[in-house]
This record gives sequence, structure tokens and C-alpha cells, in this order.
Amino acid sequence: MYDITSREVWTEWCRQRVTYAMLLIAVAFGVLGLRLVYLQVFQGERLHQLSENNAIRLESLDPTRGRIMDSHGEILADNRPRFDICLIPRDAKPRDAILPLLASLLEMDETEIEKKIGKAASFKPVLIKGDVGRDVLGIVEARRYELPGVVVRVKPQRHFPGQGTTAHIVGYLSEISLDELRSGSYPNRKPGDFIGKYGVEKEFESYLAGRHGGRQVEADARGRTVRIMDTVPPKPGANVFLSLDMRLQKKAEELLDGRPGAIVAVEADTGRILAMVSSPTYDPNLFVDGMTQKQWNELIKDPDHPLENKAIHGGYAPGSTFKMITAMAGLEEGKIDSHTEYNCPGRLKFGDRYFRCWRHWGHGSLEVTEAIAQSCDVFFYKVGLDVGVDKIAEYARGCGLGQVTGLGLGNESPGVVPDKAWKRRVYNKPWYQGETLSVAIGQGANLTTPLQMALLAAAIGNGGSLYRPIMVDRVESPEGDVIQAFSPTIRTKLPVSMANLELIREGMWGAVNGPRGTARGICPESLAISGKTGTAQVVGRKDRDKFLNELTDKIKYQDHAWFIAYAPREDCKIAVAVFIKHGGHGTACAPLARDIIKEYMDGKNPPGAKDASTPAETPENLDETDLQDRE
Amino acid sequence: MFDRRLLQYFDWGLLLLILIIMGVGLMTLYSAVASSANPAEIRIYYKQLTWFGIGLGAMIICFLPHYNVLDRWVWVVYAISLFLLILVLVVGKKISGSVRWLSLGPFTYQPSEFAKLAIMVVLAHHYSQNIRTGGLGFVDLIKPFIYMLIPFVLIFMEPDLGTGLLVMLVGGAMTLFVGIRKRTMAWLAAFCAAIGPIAWIYGLKPYQKARIFTFLDPDRDPLGAGYHIIQSKIAIGSGMLTGKGYLQGSQKSLAFLPEQHTDFIFSVFAEEWGLAGSLVLLFLFLMLMIWGLNIAYRSRDPFGALLATGVTAMIFWQVFINVGMVMGLMPVVGVPLPLVSYGGSSVLTIMMGLGLLLNISMRRFLFE
Repeated sequence: MYDITSREVWTEWCRQRVTYAMLLIAVAFGVLGLRLVYLQVFQGERLHQLSENNAIRLESLDPTRGRIMDSHGEILADNRPRFDICLIPRDAKPRDAILPLLASLLEMDETEIEKKIGKAASFKPVLIKGDVGRDVLGIVEARRYELPGVVVRVKPQRHFPGQGTTAHIVGYLSEISLDELRSGSYPNRKPGDFIGKYGVEKEFESYLAGRHGGRQVEADARGRTVRIMDTVPPKPGANVFLSLDMRLQKKAEELLDGRPGAIVAVEADTGRILAMVSSPTYDPNLFVDGMTQKQWNELIKDPDHPLENKAIHGGYAPGSTFKMITAMAGLEEGKIDSHTEYNCPGRLKFGDRYFRCWRHWGHGSLEVTEAIAQSCDVFFYKVGLDVGVDKIAEYARGCGLGQVTGLGLGNESPGVVPDKAWKRRVYNKPWYQGETLSVAIGQGANLTTPLQMALLAAAIGNGGSLYRPIMVDRVESPEGDVIQAFSPTIRTKLPVSMANLELIREGMWGAVNGPRGTARGICPESLAISGKTGTAQVVGRKDRDKFLNELTDKIKYQDHAWFIAYAPREDCKIAVAVFIKHGGHGTACAPLARDIIKEYMDGKNPPGAKDASTPAETPENLDETDLQDRE
Repeated sequence: MFDRRLLQYFDWGLLLLILIIMGVGLMTLYSAVASSANPAEIRIYYKQLTWFGIGLGAMIICFLPHYNVLDRWVWVVYAISLFLLILVLVVGKKISGSVRWLSLGPFTYQPSEFAKLAIMVVLAHHYSQNIRTGGLGFVDLIKPFIYMLIPFVLIFMEPDLGTGLLVMLVGGAMTLFVGIRKRTMAWLAAFCAAIGPIAWIYGLKPYQKARIFTFLDPDRDPLGAGYHIIQSKIAIGSGMLTGKGYLQGSQKSLAFLPEQHTDFIFSVFAEEWGLAGSLVLLFLFLMLMIWGLNIAYRSRDPFGALLATGVTAMIFWQVFINVGMVMGLMPVVGVPLPLVSYGGSSVLTIMMGLGLLLNISMRRFLFE
């Protein structure tokens, strides 16, 4: 292999190769040197001139952010022009003449401006006062010639015309943080840019943001643009259309009237969300325009947690709205059938304890459909004991509980479906049979979200299809081309046969329309609403009276109220879940669901819905004790 | 074990040259970051100081043991390098779209830098056993080409075209040094001409093509590379004969120069020191290369000679591409200026390479 026979041959060979290499390097460095001479000697004067004037600058051009609209094109997030007064320190000469004038025009302290400029004699504009009104702008513009170095920067600013109504869905923007910049997820962003931090604004950031443009400008010695050399126009963001119907959304907000709670309405045969209101709400404009420390404190210290989207976050015990699942488990597991009758004397003895029914004088003997309609606790205690907690949990999961629905707005809570394994995992304790009784009627460790319950109601209504919820219908380019559309997808089928599902539907029909239903009388039969009330205990029943009697802030110990419904009974179109925190009992929610459904139906077929609009009997007119779901 | 003659033969001149260039580098980096609008950038200067300290340590480790250890452990070196390249693709840290870095606590390291050294060692090992005075034929080139191709593809996947090409260029320079037969050379040229368009269409990412277009026509990308080049040329040119003086560069202090502490550091230097200073800096690099080739010439075995050639080639390409790029002679590819640009991985690689040069140099009088 070796061609080198001796040290002499090697040395000679090496000398030759090294000489070639040195020649090549010399030539390459010669080229570099010549280029240096060309730039620094022949072009030197011209380039020096350019650098003296600092003629060529790069200005960023911000894109307009895409808009967010409801399904009818009503604008929920828009842009408005924002005027910033900035100062280019290098150009502001003489400074001691400009600063006092500027300070007086902007009604600021001169030292404050000096602090903002700092020591850097930079050509970068420094923000002096942001988002000034048109009056201030006019004054500054009029005296522009006395203010060299002062520039007005116009930027599009996010604006939410709907204010709080859709705050939890649309979300908000705020300034990009250092960590977000460093993360690399926002490659084209710079400090000071606003990005979506929550809701649709966050999840659809990449569509909404658009792309920055910019231009190279030649400026004169006073910092004014003389010539625009090159421009790359910014690319506006795409528009996002929600499935939301603002008419229903506003109605729902109005109905909740600031009470803490949530309303979710979905299109039953698609999973498209028509309304999702969490109450109380907040004004998302505050996040963009800037809020004071006091405003922020008020927001985060409010005991009703306005920032929390109660429709998908928290997780609350579903109360009796869970009884459909217990019924499903009992029927499907063959523990009961449509004729199985249990007697309810008002309580059930289990071990050495009595478990009470909300109707303490009892329901007498009833079958499953009546048990649902009248929300009999004892009936479901018995079914629960027969089926066992693990089976109940299995059916609950089959109905979409204990898992996120896939809404994709962030921070969605999966809720809790308790079973033996869960308790061992979380508490490292064995399951007690008594707990099964609580779980069977939707109390205990059960936690669900209003969104999950609305989707469950829709699935029961549409014949068993559990849909993935759709909040964003489509994304359109600024030119109106559909970039992405979201079509309905079925997550799963409810684990129940058609015949058994029909029994459950019968029970829910009876709850609203039957002679002894827990929500009877809330609406005329023409609306064809089927539903189920629910009351979630906040404290144990034994302690409850004590709390309610002795404590001043008794509202904290009032039960949560639920009502889930779908309509019309056949050919189901809409499903609704209403949840009111500390709302007392489920019947408090029922009229709200009715009004949403009525609003929706009126929109569907405006004429001829006369009978539906007659004011229905409200629970207040009825016998209180009779209506109470659980007591 | 340590031969006292080594101290006697230690290449103090080379060390002095290295220290001078390091000094120029630190000084320029200080100027680039000190006047920045963001005072926090000064920490870049201290980080670089730290890296220089680590680099000196690595340099010492690289010249203490006899360099023929590398000849024996060549495949281990190569395997480690490939392992790191694969590791970075699997668990690497993503920074602005590319996965090039491995995190080690507060420091990040680019394994692609180490690949440059690895390919040098591999080719020095291979060619030292296959030298032909008549030049290499086509068949002789297959193995070395595969050795180069594997790290290249892995680096290309990160994607980091600049460093990938450097690996090929260093390997190519060593191959040329060994010599290729004239006929084979002609075939290779024809082959490259044929494969070029295909590589262009399928190999390059859109942004990489855009950079080349931008080089040909700077107005194409007025906000990105085109702007950088225009500003860089203004900075260099405005330095004129004697420069604006240390810390007096106006282009850089106004932050018109992007990435001035990394790829565009030469512009900062040229603005402040003018033609006189720039030629001195280029001359220092030229001396370094002549020194390196001289070590190759005087080294006592082919492995040492080829290794020294490889280190020299690496420094040559980096200087040539970086300076050519900031002067608008070449497309903008991210290649740092040795010992001057900020960047830990680059400093470490260069100083390890220089450690090898010192190693070969001081052992040139020893005979086994």
C-alpha cells in the first residue's frame, strides 16, 4: 500500500504538497485582501457617508391579526388603530428644547421621559406614551416641526367588541414573555409583540398572527424617511369562524345574569358548540390595553373566579344528572329491566346507616323511567349496589366522562370518574360499599364539566352518538378561501342498546313533561324538551343544616344546581347543560335551559312558534317542596 | 513517562500566535456587545471568556498524549462523533427551527463541531496508510467519501448546511492534499456538474436556496440576509484606511449589524480598525496556516502530517468563508470566524485542533 519508500521520498513528496497548499491559501487570501481594498479604499468614501447618516434602516411592518367571528360573521375579536408617541434619541436635538415641550404636550413629567430614553443614543424609537387618543395625536402632529426625532407609530391593536360575553372562548392577547421568545415556538416574534395567551387567540395563534413585513428606508440626518428602498408587505392573519351563535351566547349570558355558573348549548347531531358562557366574566380588552394592579387583583381575588371557564375547567359533581348513567349500567348489565320495580320508602338502610331519598316521605313503587323522571334516590341506590362501582365507572367513561372532550381551548379538565382503582391510586384506601351509593346518584367523588354533560345530553338525544365538540368551524384566508375546516367527528357510541336508550329518553321526557317529573311545568309541550335536573351537594347533608343556620356566608354551602336537556324529543337538534354554582336545586336551572332552547327554535323557524312563546309556569309558582330535586 | 525534551521542543511561537488572535477576538467581542442597547449582552463576553478557559484546558488535553493515540483509537473517535450526531437528532435542543444543540446544564454544545475533528482523524488515519505518489484513483476515493458522507447527512438533517459543508470541505482539502489522479479529477468534476442540479432540487431547503438567490441578488431579501450584507458592507467600507477607532464603530453601536457577535464579528473589527487592522488580522490567520502547513511538512510521519493539514484546512475554510461572506463574496452561511466569533462549540473545536497542532509540532523531533 505504502508508496513512500524512504524518509527522503516522503520529505520530498510532502514538500511538494505543502507548496501547492500554500499557493492556494495565498491566492485565497489575496482575493480577500483585494476585496477589502475595494470596499475600504475604493468604496470607502461612499460607504462611510452612508454610515455617517445611518441612512439605511430596517423598519418592521406589523401584520393585521386575523379576526374571530361567530357563525354568522359577527365580529368577536377585531383590530383598531393604536397610536404610540415614540422618540428617536439620536435625532432629538436639541434635547433640552424638545423634552419640555413634549412633556407638556403629553402631560407627562420630563424626568419620566428622560428615564425612558435612558443613556443609549440609539436610532431605535423609544416608546414615550402608548395608545394616545386622537386629541393628543392631533396636538403632537400640529407641532411636529418643533419636535425632531418624535415619531408617531401606528399599530393595529386587538379589540374585543363583545367584551366579556365570549371572553372565555375567544381568550385574550398579551405581550410575549422572555420564556416564550426563547422557547423557539414563536420564531418570527420580537419583544413587545402581542400573542394569544388563552382560548382561540392562543390555540389558533399560528393562523391569526400573519407574518411580519418590513422595509429598508433611507433616512436623513433628522431621522425622517427620505426614501423607501425596499418593502416586504406584511401578510395579514387568517380569519377564524367559530361555530358559536352570538344570539344564543348573549341570551345565555343574560340568563345567568352574573351568577357564577355556566351554560353550554351544542348542536345535537354535530357537536358544534352554539353557546358556551361562563359567568361571571371579564373584559379581555383589559389584557391588551393594560390594566392596573388594582384591576388585576380584583380579577384574581374575586371569589367567583371570573378568569376560570366554568364550562370546561373546574369539574363539579353532576348530581342526579348522573342517574341516566347508573340506569344505563343497570339495564345493560341485566340487573334491571323496564319492568323492574323498587319501592322507595324515603330511605334505604345500608349497614347501620340510613341513606335518604330527597323526597323523605318516599316515592312508593316505581320503574326505571319513572325513577329518572322523579329522580328517586333509593331506586338508584339499589341499582348502584347491584351493579357495583367499577361497572358504573365503566359506563361513565363510555359516556365521555373522566376524560377531556377534545375541545382544544386549553386547560380542559377531564373530571373524575371514581372507582376502586382510582381510590387506591389517589388515597391508597379501599373502597367502601357506602360510597357506591353516593356515586350511583352522582355525588361523592364524581366530577364532571358542563361541556361533558351537554355532550352527553346531545348523545342521548341524537340516539347515542357522542361527538367531539367543535368550537372553530373554519379558518379562512383574508381572501376568503377556506384554509382549514372542522367537520363533525363521533368520538364514540354510548354503551347502550337502542331499546334501553329509549327507556332513558322516556325518563327524561317524563322529568319535564310527566305529571310527577322534577322539572314539570317549566315549558309547554310544544318545545318537546326532555331533561334532567341535578343537585350537587357541597357539604354532607348532616352538616348542611348546621352550616346554613349558623354561618353568615351560607351561600358557600348551598348545593350546586344542574339541568341538562335536549329538544325536540324526536329529531333532536339542540342539547343544553346549565350549571349554577350554589344555585340550590336543579329546577333553578331548568327555565334557563328552556329559554335557550326556545331562542334557538325561534331562530330556526321564526314564524308560527307562537305557543312556545307563552310564558311558562316558573318554579316559583309551584309548590317548592314538590319541585325540589334533592333535599 | 513525560519526556523532558518535549518542553524543549514546545512550539512557543504557535502558542503566542494563538494567544494574540484570542486577544483580538476578545477585544472585538467586547466592542460588539458592550455598546449594545441591551446591557445584559455583556454576559456574552464573560461566557466567551469561560469558553476560552475551557478551550485552553481542552487544548492542553489534546497536546499532552502522543498524537498517534488517535491513530489507534480512530474508530472510537469516529463512533463517538456519530453517536453524538444521532443523539442530537433524538434529544437535541431546538433553537429557531434547527436541532443542533445538546444541553449540558447552562452550556449547549453542537456535536456537529466535533464531527469536523473526527473526520480529520479518520481521513488522516486512512490516507496515511494509502498514500500514492501518483495520486488517488476513483476506487481509492470511495471509502473516504463514505466516511465523510455519514456525518454530513446527519448534520444536514439537523439542518445545518454550513457545518455539514465544512466537514466535506475539510475532508475534501485533505483528499486534495494527498492528491488525486488527473483523469479521476476530470471525472469527479463532470460528476459534480451532473449531480449539482439534482442536489439543488431535492437536497436544499427553501430557505437555503433563498440564501443563494439572495447572494446573487441582495435585493431579493431586503429584510433578512440582503439587509445583513448591505449593512455589513457599509460597516466594513466605512472603516476606510485606518478605521473609526476601538469602540467607535457607529454601525455596530446602532445595532444595525445583526448577529454581530457571531457571524458578523469581522465587520465590527473592520469598521473600527480599517484596512490596516483588517489586513493585520488576515495576516495573523495567514501566519497560523503557514505555521500549520510547516508543521505538516516537518512532522515525522504521514498521520501527523495529514492531521496537521486537516486542522489547517479547517481554519482556512472557516476564515475564508466567514470573511468572504461578510464582505459579500459568498452566500450567508453560518460559519464562525475562528477564535473571534462568539460561540462555545466553535471555540472548543478550534482550540482542540490547535492543541493537536502543538502536539504534532513538539513531537516532530522524537523517534520511536
